[in-house]
Amino acid sequence: MIRLYVNGVLHAVDVDPGTPLLWVLRDALSLTGTKYGCGIAACGACTVHVDGEPLRSCVTPVASVEGKHVITIEGLSGDGGHAVQRAWVAEEVPQCGFCQSGQIMAAAALLARNPRPTDADIDDAMAGIICRCGTYQRIRKAIRRAARNMAGEA
Amino acid sequence: MDGTVTLGRRSFLKITAAAGGGLLVGFSLPARAARNSAAPSDSNGFVPNAWIRVGTDDVVTLMVASSEMGQGVMTAIPMLAADEMDADWSRVRIETAPAAKEYFNPIIGQQLTGGSTTVRAFWLPVRRAGAAARAMLIEAAAATWGVPVGQCHSDRGAVVHQASGRRLSYGALADRAATLKVPQRVMLKKPSEFRLIGTAVARVDTPAKISGKAEFGQDVRLPGMLTALVERCPVFGGKLAGFDAAAARAVPGVRAVFAIESGVAVVADGFWPAKLGRDALRVRWDEGINARLSSDLIVKRFEAAARRPGAVARSSGNANAVRGRVARHLEAVYQVPFLAHACMEPMNCTADVRADHCEIWVPTQAQTGAQRTAAAITGLPAARIAIHTTFLGGGFGRRSEQDFVAEAVQISKQVHAPVKLLWTREDDMRHDFYRPATYNRLSAGIGARGALMSWRHHIVGPSIFERVFPSSVRNGIDSTSVEGAANLPYAIPEILVTYVLDDPGVPVGFWRSVGSSQNAYVTECFFDEVAHATGRDPYQLRRTLLKNHPRHRAVLDLAARASGWGGRLPAGRQRGIAVAGSFGSYAAQVAEVSVSDHGEVQVHRVVCAVDCGMVVNPDTVVAQMESGIVFGLSAALAGEITIRDGRVEQGNFDSYPVLRMDHMPDIEVHIVPSGEPPGGIGEPGTPPIAPAVANAVFAATGRPVRRLPISAR
Repeated sequence: MIRLYVNGVLHAVDVDPGTPLLWVLRDALSLTGTKYGCGIAACGACTVHVDGEPLRSCVTPVASVEGKHVITIEGLSGDGGHAVQRAWVAEEVPQCGFCQSGQIMAAAALLARNPRPTDADIDDAMAGIICRCGTYQRIRKAIRRAARNMAGEA
Repeated sequence: MDGTVTLGRRSFLKITAAAGGGLLVGFSLPARAARNSAAPSDSNGFVPNAWIRVGTDDVVTLMVASSEMGQGVMTAIPMLAADEMDADWSRVRIETAPAAKEYFNPIIGQQLTGGSTTVRAFWLPVRRAGAAARAMLIEAAAATWGVPVGQCHSDRGAVVHQASGRRLSYGALADRAATLKVPQRVMLKKPSEFRLIGTAVARVDTPAKISGKAEFGQDVRLPGMLTALVERCPVFGGKLAGFDAAAARAVPGVRAVFAIESGVAVVADGFWPAKLGRDALRVRWDEGINARLSSDLIVKRFEAAARRPGAVARSSGNANAVRGRVARHLEAVYQVPFLAHACMEPMNCTADVRADHCEIWVPTQAQTGAQRTAAAITGLPAARIAIHTTFLGGGFGRRSEQDFVAEAVQISKQVHAPVKLLWTREDDMRHDFYRPATYNRLSAGIGARGALMSWRHHIVGPSIFERVFPSSVRNGIDSTSVEGAANLPYAIPEILVTYVLDDPGVPVGFWRSVGSSQNAYVTECFFDEVAHATGRDPYQLRRTLLKNHPRHRAVLDLAARASGWGGRLPAGRQRGIAVAGSFGSYAAQVAEVSVSDHGEVQVHRVVCAVDCGMVVNPDTVVAQMESGIVFGLSAALAGEITIRDGRVEQGNFDSYPVLRMDHMPDIEVHIVPSGEPPGGIGEPGTPPIAPAVANAVFAATGRPVRRLPISAR
């Protein structure tokens, strides 16, 4: 049994310890908002937060997050009300939407550690997450908008 | 239909027809399995047609029969119905349609989302459906009040009697409207009367897509469901020779291992055990005739095939009259590679095959095809096969194929349980239906004073239609192989476009913008070679020769103007321009590019002008241009599938790079106002970007880019 916190809830899962966190979330815990896109940490669709840091869950053995706090897109906010999510709505970012959980989790992690990212900071933090629909320009705008809104709220 | 007109998908159709007395439901739907994941909450109401249901609770349910893969149809199609019926958009509920004849795309003749046809195909039928509903609701109100219809009008979800100020909501009128006859003829709104069409209505799928709640095919979960992976022959056309499943079966969680048509299926309790089980398989393949196929051999083959004359796709003008006036010829060979679709969501399908029915949950562009595929495998009539279309994590043409549906149905049939078939990224990249590689010989005849007198384009490549629609290949021409080439818009005294169908054995399919994806690159780049050779400005020469194509010329002019064509640029940058008409729309793009000393190409800015006729949702048009540009940029800069020993060499995003945030240019989109009927928007943004960028590289380096990707130079 491996114990971990997911979105604030303690879970004990009975799986092979080498199972990637992604598949524990998706198959064992039914949290399907986190996506499988590549399996080699090359596309970022599986990005979640582990103890506040963005992490590619597709290459993270579940045993390595034992006792840690995992936040998925489902746990980022109860109601889609995180500043990043609201900015995503305002800029009409998603198209097919498949990569957007990873994009949002990466953006939220960026803004949590760097509330005023430069364009280079945004490129740096977001270049690991692929969007085949090409929503990058809107993602940039949405991150800037979220940063402004978060500064205004602070 | 099949004589089994029992129950509509959403059972409301039949129930309403039965309860509604004189209600004329102008269609019927096939009987289907009882289980339905998206049945409407209440079965009362007014259902004038397959697109609309007005509940007594004032909720208007609108159907979407096209697949939402990012292009915005889930918002655009309901906007058409809602505008014509004057619905209150805040009370609209949207449902995904089942596979049924009522939802066939009239352009394609089946339920299939492709060819940038959705708005074009449903622009009139869905608006008529909305207009009919509105007329019947007004009639119901007039009858209720005992006043002439002419004294009543609709007002955002209600009917109003002007003189008395009385008002009844659509919900309150639903039961009465359900007793009325559906009008045969309806009046459509004039464009000046549109309230939703032409406005940037917020996408209805956004809330689900920012919260992780949107259900993609990958996310389908059913009670008792198993997960399957399939090991397929790495060589195209190879066959299974034998396998040893002992080690695979020993993996905890693996439930079954067996051969299916495409390879060996490993069925397990979840993805990870299925993956470990598949890794443990020992499989022997009969690799067949493609075992030694390589990209080099394919090029040699194409070179040889290019010596054949080819079928004539276009021959215009008078070759004899032109001959004496040509002073010199410009010649070039252009080549494009095979390309993978690389949808963010790898292929998948969930099937539940039972003795008397079958249900399928699938991110598909082709509901009719999925139904037929499952019918052929199960032996069930189509009417017993229910297709639930999930959100698609990208489509780009790949999801019009049936390979993943067939696998899921075969596996579920064998294990007698619901099965979710997943493909890994490597499966997806190595078992795609690729954008055809082509080999192109071009020749331009130039007059003594530099006029472009003749244009000859000889195309060699495999045919998509030969596989999916062979009867449409006529006289040796696959229209998808020559689109973007045969319809060259320039006024040139002689044009000859020929095609040699040559299939090296790599499966090919529809890839966003299809033939125009390669032919716009080839023709627009060779055009710049002509401009260069004759000392003309590439924009001005295009302009001159587009004299018979005002819509091409208008987007060209707008892109040139908005980009500051001819004006100063930051040091080290050059511009390239290209224009292409495809799928009923016209797009021109100007790319600003720099090339480093090491030959690295950076695209800084793209200005796009588009004329897609009347616009349903301007923000979606902008988004689709951005999307088509990024998709085409990935391909132009680095996209290439290569073959070695009959196998695709690339497997994942490390070896098949796509554009990422750090190379994203600024994109500006300008829409040409138009009163023409709508054109497509999903694909027309893609064709011009590769030539715009390549022409900028040509301007920067003095060397034409005659082969894609640019990184291969």
